Amino acid sequence: MGKKTIYDKSVPGRRGIRFPKPEVPETPLPDALLRADLPLPEVSENEVIRHFTKLSQLNHGVDIGFYPLGSCTMKYNPKVNEAAARLHGFSQIHPLQPEETVQGALHLMYQLQEHLAEIGGFAGVTLQPAAGAHGELTGILMVKKYHEVNGEPHRNKILVPDSAHGTNPATSAMSGFIVKEIPSDERGNVDLEALKAECDETLAGFMLTNPNTLGLFDENVCDIAAIVHQAGGLMYGDGANMNALLGIAKPGEFGVDIMHYNLHKTFSTPHGGGGPGSGPVGVVEKLVDFLPGPVVVMEQDDSGFDFPYYYFATPKHSIGRMKSFHGQFGVMVRAYTYILMHGPDGLREVGELAVLNANYLMHKLKGVYRLPYDRVCMHEFVLEGRWPEVEDIHALDISKRLMDFGFHPPTNYFPLIVREALMIEPTETETKETLDAFADAMLQIAEEAKTNPDLLHSAPHNTPIGRLDEVHAAKNLILCCGLPDSYSD
Amino acid sequence: MKVEAEYKYTQNDEWVRVEGNLAVIGISDFAQDQLSDIVFLEYLVSKDDEVAKGDEFGTIESVKAASDIYCPVSGVVVELNEELLDAPETVNSDPYGEAWMIKVEMSDPDELDDLLDAAAYSKKIEESES
Repeated sequence: MGKKTIYDKSVPGRRGIRFPKPEVPETPLPDALLRADLPLPEVSENEVIRHFTKLSQLNHGVDIGFYPLGSCTMKYNPKVNEAAARLHGFSQIHPLQPEETVQGALHLMYQLQEHLAEIGGFAGVTLQPAAGAHGELTGILMVKKYHEVNGEPHRNKILVPDSAHGTNPATSAMSGFIVKEIPSDERGNVDLEALKAECDETLAGFMLTNPNTLGLFDENVCDIAAIVHQAGGLMYGDGANMNALLGIAKPGEFGVDIMHYNLHKTFSTPHGGGGPGSGPVGVVEKLVDFLPGPVVVMEQDDSGFDFPYYYFATPKHSIGRMKSFHGQFGVMVRAYTYILMHGPDGLREVGELAVLNANYLMHKLKGVYRLPYDRVCMHEFVLEGRWPEVEDIHALDISKRLMDFGFHPPTNYFPLIVREALMIEPTETETKETLDAFADAMLQIAEEAKTNPDLLHSAPHNTPIGRLDEVHAAKNLILCCGLPDSYSD
Repeated sequence: MKVEAEYKYTQNDEWVRVEGNLAVIGISDFAQDQLSDIVFLEYLVSKDDEVAKGDEFGTIESVKAASDIYCPVSGVVVELNEELLDAPETVNSDPYGEAWMIKVEMSDPDELDDLLDAAAYSKKIEESES
């Protein structure tokens, strides 16, 4: 791997482009703004292109290969989304423009609110939150305000299952709630008796991910919602795993009061380093007044002749703003494009194929890998990356070895209730050939673990750099880049 | 996996070594093995703090996961192993010795009876290994 930075390639006087002659008279910059020490690299254009193209080729992304990172829904992001987001009417507007000059953008936001509400079975949606965890925070702050407005500020306890995403308890704690963990039963469902025992007059809400992080649809979800509601609590749904339910089940109809969507998962917008997240939140009727403001509202007279007019309005008991301006607008355009492109039937097919692909892979691997919760899975499943008869092989070794086959590893060590967890989510966008190739690699690795474990311990072998020292990386953080000279080996 | 014969254990893999009325507390060899390389340790209590059985007294983080550490007994914290904060990897190398974490002056030594002895704890590990 080339270790030279773009600064190392700098040669004084070398240049990439010549600026054209200005078409307006030149004015010297004020002296106070001039500096002699601005350390920009001096390189030619082709060197810049080669440098960054090479770097990009060292990376793995969903445009390069299979990316079965569980609970992250690393589906392919259709390029038509990018074309739509780059339309000048969307990309060249400013959030401070008067409403009447951005009616098209507001129309899109309003329609997206409506589509998401329809998909999730909700009465209202905010598009503000900029990530899934941000959506959770939005939802939990609404839970808090709801109880306050209803004269029950003493409700200060949020329950989370032991299979929950770590962000659920973190969000609740950040919002000032006491967090209690509810165990899973042997089928991977929420333990109803344990849940009932915690449902008292201090209950504020329950945060449920359904399907959960084991990739299982909770078989008692309606009972759970009834128990929580009877105790006066609200049901929060973590929509990270919504891909499995698209067009099939509406969380708002199985008892969820508030749910965030991950546009960057379910609705195919870029993800990870590729783009900002977006975590809109949907709510049932009784919580619409608590949504963060402003939301987009439509007004249309009865004549049917005038175009509708869109404007921003803040709900009555709004928890206030969760984001400057209006959220990640460019991401909204991509998600809206995706929803329109598929339509209702297409979205249902997305959900069905995501579940089919996961079950196909699960059946190819189970038996060779231990499957602690052996049920029909939804969009993902969790294997154990260990064999009692093989010493010292861990999920991490399996994952590193997978990289040699050109696959991104699955999520490791999560959920915490599975030993040496390997959490695999293929998504609907992969072909049978890709799934077969991945399964073949996994089966070969299981064989190698028994016959040649060192091959796993020293993996990866075919990547630009080998096994990283994770301890060193975790303990010796370099949080901020110094100037190039300050680097030493 | 090593299990110290004279120690008591919790279901959550903490150990207690009894020294008179003092409970010396750490995490087991099995726990450190599960966590793998430890990179960070933080105490959530200070000297002279009162703690109740089941309270979180610390957070431990490895390259794999972060985990809370719970107090196996009630009492008053009389000493914390501050050196461990700078060398948390000691938990991997010597979980039952150098890597003790806190010492608690017990207010109710009968609570020790609720803990697992070495045989019961070994059995618990075996079950989860198979």
